[in-house]
Amino acid sequence: MANYLPNTPEEVKQMLATIGVPDIEELFREIPASMRLNRPLDLPEGLSEAETAQKLQDLSEQNFGADELSCFIGAGIYDHRIPLVLNHLLLRGDFFTAYTPYQAEIAQGTLQAIYEYQSLMCELTGMDIANASMYEGATAFAEAANMALVHTNRKKLVVLETVHPEYRAVTEGLVRHLGVDVVTLQVEDGVIDATRVAEAVDGNTAAVMLQYPNFFGCLEDVAAICAIAKKAGALSIVSTYPVALGILTPPGEFGADIVTGEGQSLGIPMGFGGPSLGFMAVRDPLMRKIPGRISGCTLDNRGQRGFVLTLQAREQHIRREKASSNICSNQALMALNATIYMALLGREGMREVASHSMQKAHHLKKELSKLTGVQIPFSAPFFNEFVIQVPNAAKVLKKLESEGILGGFLLETFYPRFKNHILVAVTEKRTIEEMDLYKHLLGGLSA
Amino acid sequence: MKILEPLLFELSVDGRRGYTLPKLDIPESDPADLLPATYIRKELKLPSISEIDCVRHFTRLSRLNYCVDVGFYPLGSCTMKYNPKINEDMARLPGFANLHPYQSEGTVQGALALMHFLEHAICEITGMDACTLQPAAGAHGELTGLMIIKAYHDRKRNKTKTKILIPDAGHGTNPASAALCGYQVVSLHTDARGGVDLNDLRAHLAPDVAGLMLTNPNTLGLFDENIEEIARLVHSVDGLLYYDGANLNAIMGWTRPGDMGFDVVHVNLHKTFSTPHGGGGPGSGPVGVKKHLAEFLPSPKVTFDGKKFKIVRKCKGSIGPVRSFLGSFGVLVRAWTYIVSLGGAGLKDVSSHAVLNANYMMRRLQKRYALPYDRHCKHEFVLSGKPFAEKGVKTLDIAKRLLDEGFHAPTIYFPLIVEEAIMIEPTETESKRTMDEFIEVMLRIADEAVNTPEKLKAAPIKTPVGRLDEATAARKPDLNYFKGRGSPPGNASV
Repeated sequence: MANYLPNTPEEVKQMLATIGVPDIEELFREIPASMRLNRPLDLPEGLSEAETAQKLQDLSEQNFGADELSCFIGAGIYDHRIPLVLNHLLLRGDFFTAYTPYQAEIAQGTLQAIYEYQSLMCELTGMDIANASMYEGATAFAEAANMALVHTNRKKLVVLETVHPEYRAVTEGLVRHLGVDVVTLQVEDGVIDATRVAEAVDGNTAAVMLQYPNFFGCLEDVAAICAIAKKAGALSIVSTYPVALGILTPPGEFGADIVTGEGQSLGIPMGFGGPSLGFMAVRDPLMRKIPGRISGCTLDNRGQRGFVLTLQAREQHIRREKASSNICSNQALMALNATIYMALLGREGMREVASHSMQKAHHLKKELSKLTGVQIPFSAPFFNEFVIQVPNAAKVLKKLESEGILGGFLLETFYPRFKNHILVAVTEKRTIEEMDLYKHLLGGLSA
Repeated sequence: MKILEPLLFELSVDGRRGYTLPKLDIPESDPADLLPATYIRKELKLPSISEIDCVRHFTRLSRLNYCVDVGFYPLGSCTMKYNPKINEDMARLPGFANLHPYQSEGTVQGALALMHFLEHAICEITGMDACTLQPAAGAHGELTGLMIIKAYHDRKRNKTKTKILIPDAGHGTNPASAALCGYQVVSLHTDARGGVDLNDLRAHLAPDVAGLMLTNPNTLGLFDENIEEIARLVHSVDGLLYYDGANLNAIMGWTRPGDMGFDVVHVNLHKTFSTPHGGGGPGSGPVGVKKHLAEFLPSPKVTFDGKKFKIVRKCKGSIGPVRSFLGSFGVLVRAWTYIVSLGGAGLKDVSSHAVLNANYMMRRLQKRYALPYDRHCKHEFVLSGKPFAEKGVKTLDIAKRLLDEGFHAPTIYFPLIVEEAIMIEPTETESKRTMDEFIEVMLRIADEAVNTPEKLKAAPIKTPVGRLDEATAARKPDLNYFKGRGSPPGNASV
């Protein structure tokens, strides 16, 4: 059995003597007998390090991940390349085992890294202020909705159906209790026409909520939709895919008020969906409404530049039930991960990852569209993800999987009316050989 | 203005690169041919640095931090224990790290098996019947638990349930979560023994009470032995009892929230079950419930039919998903590793030693610091720095003085009900020797507070930076290099 308790029986004896009790049991005496657990916990006996590691190795080998199969699944989590340097820096105990930087004098490393992260996210999204992170994409989106409801004091949300279905469900779950009317607009041709958004938005609308690129990989008319929200006095909330912004016009430039998203694509392993990185960036006027921690630049009493958690009057540990959110723990380490990733790739690297992903996706779409039996249902512009329609899509995916390809995401999982539609994602990591194999296998299955 | 380490942006030189992609292996096309011009970004002002610049920058930054790998964190309510390094290797196994959350069930059986066992283990440790691993952190678990409480009352078509009772000693996340869930928060007093004031509870007990959120042991580190009566009272108006599992490290194997009468519990997996703090996260906040609430747990759920593990997305009665995908899987792997390493007896030893360590420190420190509630504590205890107030010394000054001595500060000014609070949680992984060193320093600082208070006021002097100008930081916020240029107000030289 592993044991992380340092104190020897002799030391325990000394400590008990100092306390003035005969045994440890005495320290638990006030727990009423009726609620004591009078039996051992029903868990397997502890194991040595080697035995534990072997068990986990065995479990992990029952999985078949993107290291063994070619991953063309996206839908919010993407198989991008991760620079090897990253893990070395991330695993430094000084970052990894540090507490939340409330004692700024001994946490400048974390605080400056957060400031850098905030700055990078602002530049990438085209916004003014970013917080130190949220949990993940869906909760960041839902928190943005809550912020809009509070900020506008209105009770209606207009949500595009092209937003990730889990993000929509989480948002609806959060606002369900607040008497909020959620209007969901249906997709046509991969996007939703701005005129339909205009029809749905009224004087009671707190926010228009969209995703860019959207769940189907397509690009909405973000500028027009943000303008519609603005005209009605509502906020526009755009969930985005940060890697795509290496080449796409940032939502901020289109007029978004709040930009959120899933930051996993910034060098974080897919990890079965978590821990990943939620992010949120806003315009200046929302500075004191944004949830979560924020690092700010200031001076110390020696005249040195330093960083400190600031604007804490928004937060739960100060404001309790009047706080802008209940968030406490965030995804600090994943934000650091994203910061190091963006630092390593830099301006050119970020452009290149986006550009290669986009070019490869367009290449594969063109190639697949040549196959008999493969239909391309949407014609809207897209980034690195697109939808194909094939007969017996579920079976096709199964067959591809048996040949070493995770072929995509079956849309009818969330959109029953899109039968036999597969959402295919292509990152810079996919090779010409993998794409050729995909085409070859699909050709045999769809004809 | 002296700069400890330049910002990334200040290191940037156009043309430098820190990473190179493989050459594009398909015929190159111009983005302008693939997208309408309006979607193509015109400018991207990210920094450009080399790999070595990047390595040195972040290594230098890291060295400005204090961390568990360097020393002791006596942080009350934070459970800053040592987290075994095996966890990191396990979470990074290729068969875990490279899984896409939307892969078919057949390709992720090992991951689902791990989650299924962890649900079982959490239920056993907390005395609950069913569990979700979805919530991303403790506060998120609270929100999830409250949504379940709401769903329970909604199912009974009970529209009167509008209030959540929360002791004034409770964590700030409790009232914030209740408010986010649309509840009105009613604060309960703490009695002279440091527990819930039963008279105040009775006074607020009414049909509109949806539930009560409680940490037990509470944030004073004290076990509320009236819990049986509290549970009876809350249940008597069909309210539900919510257990904030932030202090679970105190009671594992000794007692269980389920046996105390709680209906819902969240567990801070990252604290009790060992994921490093990472400078603020990630966490994981699984929620356990009793049988009568099981149907409300978030979807999707992981199930086992005796042969295969499955992901069930449509679950009748469920409050729906509270996040995307199935949870912070990497944190779950670490928790699994920890639980399987220690086993049931090992977990009980963890709590035994956490409580032993806390009582030892409390008894030694009470000689010089005020101890407002003089009882056996559990895993943490709260002192007060009030005796030094007449010398003009605040708890903050004591905390800052500790930094010069190579320790992290305790949690200060929390819980709010203790003046000049100093909250200490040693955890089970600290040795007597480390605690003795800390105690000696604390006793010395108490002397200094009386004899040379100016020394405390000036602290810290040995840290990379001194006390920071927080007021200016909040009044004229510079939160983004591209606007503030990392040049704080009042700094004429830049």
